[in-house]
Parts: sequence; structure tokens; C-alpha cells
Amino acid sequence: MDLDDTQEQADYRAQVRSWLDEHKSEAPVLDGPDAIKDEDEVIAARRAWQGKLAEGGLAGVTWPKEFGGQGLGPIEQVICNQEIAKVKVPGILDAIGVGMLGPTIIAHGTDEQKTRYLGAMLHGDEVWCQLFSEPAAGSDLAAVQTRARVQDDGSWRISGQKVWTTNAQFASYGLLLARTDADVPKHKGLTMFIVPIDAPGVTVRGLRQISGEAEFNEVFFDDLSVDGDAVVGGVGNGWGTALTTLMFERVTIGLGSEGMGYNSNRFAEALARDPDARRDSEVRHQLGEIASELLAVRFTGYRTLSALQKGQVPGPESGLAKITIVNGAIKAGELIADVLGPDALAEDGQWAYMISFLPGLKSAGGTEEILRNTIGERVLGLPPAPRLDKGIPFSELRSKEGAAA
Amino acid sequence: MNLSLSDEQEFLREAARGALSRFKTFEAAREALDGEPDALPDLWPTAKDAGWPGLLIDERHGGAGLDAFDAMLVLGECGRVLAPIALLGHLPATAILNDAPSGALLLDDLATGERRAAYLPVSPPDDIHDAWSADPRSGIERAPAPTAVADGDQAKVSGELAFVPDAPGADLLVGVALLGGKPVGVAIETGASGVAIEPTTRYDATRSLGHVTLSDAPATLLDAPEDQSSGIGQLASAWHLAQALVAAESLGSVETALDVSVEYAKERHTFGRAIGSYQAVKHSLTEVLRQLDNGRSLLYYAGWARRGGPDEFPLAASAARSVAGRALDTAARTMISVHGGIGATWEHDAPLYFRRAQLSRRLLGGTARATDRVAGELLAQADAA
Repeated sequence: MDLDDTQEQADYRAQVRSWLDEHKSEAPVLDGPDAIKDEDEVIAARRAWQGKLAEGGLAGVTWPKEFGGQGLGPIEQVICNQEIAKVKVPGILDAIGVGMLGPTIIAHGTDEQKTRYLGAMLHGDEVWCQLFSEPAAGSDLAAVQTRARVQDDGSWRISGQKVWTTNAQFASYGLLLARTDADVPKHKGLTMFIVPIDAPGVTVRGLRQISGEAEFNEVFFDDLSVDGDAVVGGVGNGWGTALTTLMFERVTIGLGSEGMGYNSNRFAEALARDPDARRDSEVRHQLGEIASELLAVRFTGYRTLSALQKGQVPGPESGLAKITIVNGAIKAGELIADVLGPDALAEDGQWAYMISFLPGLKSAGGTEEILRNTIGERVLGLPPAPRLDKGIPFSELRSKEGAAA
Repeated sequence: MNLSLSDEQEFLREAARGALSRFKTFEAAREALDGEPDALPDLWPTAKDAGWPGLLIDERHGGAGLDAFDAMLVLGECGRVLAPIALLGHLPATAILNDAPSGALLLDDLATGERRAAYLPVSPPDDIHDAWSADPRSGIERAPAPTAVADGDQAKVSGELAFVPDAPGADLLVGVALLGGKPVGVAIETGASGVAIEPTTRYDATRSLGHVTLSDAPATLLDAPEDQSSGIGQLASAWHLAQALVAAESLGSVETALDVSVEYAKERHTFGRAIGSYQAVKHSLTEVLRQLDNGRSLLYYAGWARRGGPDEFPLAASAARSVAGRALDTAARTMISVHGGIGATWEHDAPLYFRRAQLSRRLLGGTARATDRVAGELLAQADAA
């Protein structure tokens, strides 16, 4: 058991650090008095910075070399993330594309798709978004209703609505899960598509959250036309392709959960400044409980990493870490607000932002309830609840649900 | 980085599971509660055969020369079957002696298990309290640590320690006393004059406890080196080791409590379906798994930190104790709930887990104090940042 770098890993770390030392002055400044204010300028600067990181080999570390990656393992990705965090420069802008969607295309895409899209994605020339969830298909993702209909010439027409789409406001492309056959059971009639976002028939609308900021979008498709070669992974295989994306989502979360900033040291620092709070037994007890669980998640991440290095794929149990982080951060926000009082809720402060963000995060990437169902069934082996949708064509299911409502 | 078990560690764990499986520990625990303490199996010979008494003793003194994480693996196996075994007292005691040059003479018999030691639990200072202190017989006010008066290269130690794990029947007591206000390691023969051990049990018959009274008891002074650079010496480290060992033992109990509960939830049907298919039951069992998994991760942290990052060992061990204590309470209560009424009766093993959970969380400073130390360590880190 060892937390230290091997010689090879230490060499790699030194290599990453030396690149960062040389180039960190070129990174965009996002915090403090010199921060770039204009949103468009921020995005442009971060795209350019992602391009530099890619050229330096600090983006797509685990991607195969033939697609511009480094062909290295998850541990090198983590080392890279750690060093980027240490020098306090931004990481890549398109973590969703590079972390989840690119690897899906690498796994299921055609050679033409890989050649056309991966390089531009990695360098930030084209940002991507994930078009899976819908207003009526979140926990029950396979219930998506966005409809793609094949035309006589082999092209497709797509109509429907997606939601919770991060980065759509500046994305060039999205990976979209659509229903191509409603007359088969719902998991079977799905197909994955690559769709342009800045095309006629696509409307992106920001969704403001509790904080007032719009980090997610709704994306509307009104008869968008795409060619037949936009299909990823084959017609009717959309569910399997989506599962690949969700597996890479778990890897991304497993490797970077602390990147969200919900860690015990940050919360302790906020409380340490109050001389009375730090001696108050109730404050200490709550901090101790919250911090113990968040510390555990740090080492769960290391355990996941050890398993990844051995070639194991993280399973649904990684959802437990997400539940712990979100609930721990919610309690920490409560505690900090109790100690700081209304000042903790100043609109432009870090704690108001965190407190506002967490209720939504509880549902993001799988609600706590769905994660517990999945873990209960797939990890503990408990029987599933009886389902009324098994083996029923999606079209009949929809009419049943309509009749019940 | 590698946080996987080595082949040797897998073997150690499997061997422990095999050795302990030969005893009917649950039946014995119930009979002992019914007033038949002789029903408890003597597991010390098993421990000796397996080499557990010498786990933390260097090979040159006849031990296995292993580290905290290996000891935690064995304690986890003991916890899985609620085994009444005196390692919780013995192992921290040997850890102190192993690192003290003058403790060397005592080690050979302890490594083989020919003699058994018990650790006198005295907690080191924290960010608020600057004194070493002992568990009180009752109440929240900490009791004073024992004091020592030098007598040549020996000392005379006086003081009282309540609810000392595995003290009854021990040959040697090892712990901390204050000599001129400074902590020193002491080793005291239980047969010496001025040593009184009052055996006691509380609520969980598998846990042998003793109230220790020392009245000018003759002690060997241990020159346990205090590593000033890291701020944590071997005397403090022994306290945190004991915390980590209780945590490991508790999580072992959580594992089997969860297994039994899950099996029952699959088999037992109500309203035409297995109760484990109901979301309320499924989610409460998942909560046990969540706490168990968090606890396991912290055992890795503590196992690494004792040697790999001694500055962090107090934080790691305290966090492990805090999470594991709560996990065991949650697991025992969930076990009872999932089983329904029968889970709250003498017919079932669930009350044995429940009793283990309630007592364990109050020994060795209690989980609440471990939780407080997590906060204290982090607040101190924040000051240093």
C-alpha cells in the first residue's frame, strides 16, 4: 500500500510541472482583480488555453496517441489534474467532451467520425455538449421522446427537447440520444447521433438556477436535418452507446471528485477564522462528522484509481461517493451559514453560491434515490421493484402513462 | 500509488477468517450474556498459532514485523464474528514497546503470545486540551493521566484507568504516565505490588474490561522516542492505533450485519414481493453500505498514515473511528429493522451486534471524542495553511 509516485510517475509529474512552469503565464486569469469579466472573452480564452494544454500533452492524457492523446493511464491523468490545480491555472474547458463524449466516439464511432471530430474537440476548437436528459426522461433515461425519423435519402429529421445541457450555449456539437423506433420496448428503439448546435432547427435557451446564473440550458430541436453518417454506434444501439458515456462519467467523477471543491480543508478554514466557533463543541462535532466522510471520499478516489490501474472498470458503487459529497457539502453549507450568519448568504460570495448550487446537484448525474436503487440492486443484489414497462413497445407505454395521468 | 491489498495481506485475511470460523462465537456470546462467561471460547491459542500477538513486533524480536493495516485486517475478521480476543489491548501495547529501546527485553514473550499485554489508554493533548487524560469512570470530564515518580531507572506509578480493554488476565500493562508533567512510557507487571485489576463487563459479554488501579506500582521506564519533527511520538501514536483497530473491528461487524440483512431482505416476502425490492428497505441497506465503504477508505488512510504520513495519523485514525462507530450503530439498528420484531429478540443475532455497537462506541475515549479530534486536527491544519 503506497500513496507515493513510482519513479516513472515522478518523472511524468516533473515533465508536466516543467511544461506548466513554462506556460502558466499564458493561462487566462479567471479570479481576482485582473480576472476577465466578459463571458464571451472568458470562453474564448479558455478554448485557446485548452488548445495549448492539448499541444503540451496535458489534455486527453488517456486518449490513444492516434487521436492526439498521450496513450497513458488514469494515474497520469490524475497527476496532470493535480499539477494543474497546484499552479492555480484553469484546466480544460470541455471536460465533458474530452472526458466522456470523445471516449464514447473512440469506442463506438466510425473512422470518419474519429478523424473529423476528435482533434478539434481535444484542442477546444469545437466544444461539445451531452444531449441525453429530457424534461420527462432523467432518472428513467431510456424514456427519451426526442424523435429521429429516417428519410428516403438516408438522412434523419430530429425533433424534441433536451434539458440540463451544460456548455450548450457555446458548443459546436452535441451527442444526442433519440428515439428511432417507438414500436419496440424503450431500451431497444434508441440511436445516438452527432448533431450540430449552431444549425437551423436548434434553439438553445439558458436555464437560470437558484444562484441566478445559467449554467445549464434547454436545447430545442425543430426538424433538424442530419446526414446518415451522424449515427454513432449503429441504429437501435443507442442505449449501449449511452451506457459507455455514463461509464466514462463515473470515471471522470471518480478521478476528479475533489475538483468540485467540496473538501474538508476548505470548510475547516472557513470555521477556523472564528475563535469562538472553533472551540464550540457542537460546531466541532458537526465539522468532525462532515470532514470524516469527505476525507473518506478522497481515499475512495484513490481506491478507485488503484482499481483503474489494474484495468477494472468502476461500477455503480461510485455513486455512493457522489451521495456522500453532496450531502456532506449541504451540511457544511448549513454549518458555515450558522456560524457566519447572513453574511454567508452575500450573493457574490463563495458560500451563497455553494449553498445555491447543491440542491440541484443532488439530482445531477443521477438523483440520490435512483443511485440508491441502482446500488441496492447491482451491488447488494437486492431485487428490483416490479416494473410496468418491461417488454412493452414504447408507443403503448406512452399511451398507458397518458391514460393513467 | 497503490491502495490494493497485497497477496500477503489477502492471505492474512483469509487465514484469519478460516481460523475464526471454527468457533461458534455468536452462540457463545449469547450464552455469556445469559450468565455463562465460560461459554466464551479461549481464542488466544488460535491467535498464537496464527502469529497475531507478534504482528506489530519486529522480526528480530520474534514478531512478524507487519504494520497497522495488517493488524486492522485481523481485527476486521475478529469483528465479523464478534470474536472475544484480547488483541485490542495487546497490539497497541506491543507497538509502544517495539519502538522503545528499553522495551526490547519484554518483547520476545509477547511476540509469541506466551505472555499477554494490555494497553493503558491515555489520550494525547489536542488543539484545545493541553493535558494527557484518561477515560473517566463516568461523566464527560476527562480523568487525569497516571503519574510516575522516578526511582532509579524504574518508576512508581499511581493512577486509575477505567474500562481498560483486555486488562483482566494480562501479564503486562503498557501505557503512559506523567513524570514531572511530561509523558513517559511505562511497563508494569500485573503481578507486582500496587496493581489492582477489577474485571468487569458491560452490555457486551464478548468484551473483557478491567478497572485498573495503580498505587506506587513499580514500572519499567520506557524511553519511547518522541519524534518532535512530526509532533507525534509513539505514545500518542499508540492511542491513535487503538482508535484505528476499534474502527477496523467495528467495520468487520458491519460487513456481516449487512450481509445477513441483505440475505433476509431477499428472502422475506410481504404483499407478494421480497422486502428488499421496496425502496425504503433498499435505501436503508444502501446507507449501511455507504457508511461501510467510507469507513473502509479511512482504514486505508490510517493504514498508510502511521508510517507514510505520521502527521496525518491522528486525523486519519480519528476519522476512521468516527465513521466506523456510526456505521456499526446504523448497521445494527438497520439489521433489527429489516428483520422486524424478531430482530429485537434473543432468538436472533442482531441484538449481539447492537450490544457490540453500543459499548464499542463508548470505549477508548468514545467515538464522539474521535469526531472532535477530527475537527481539532483540521482546524490546526487550517491555521498552518
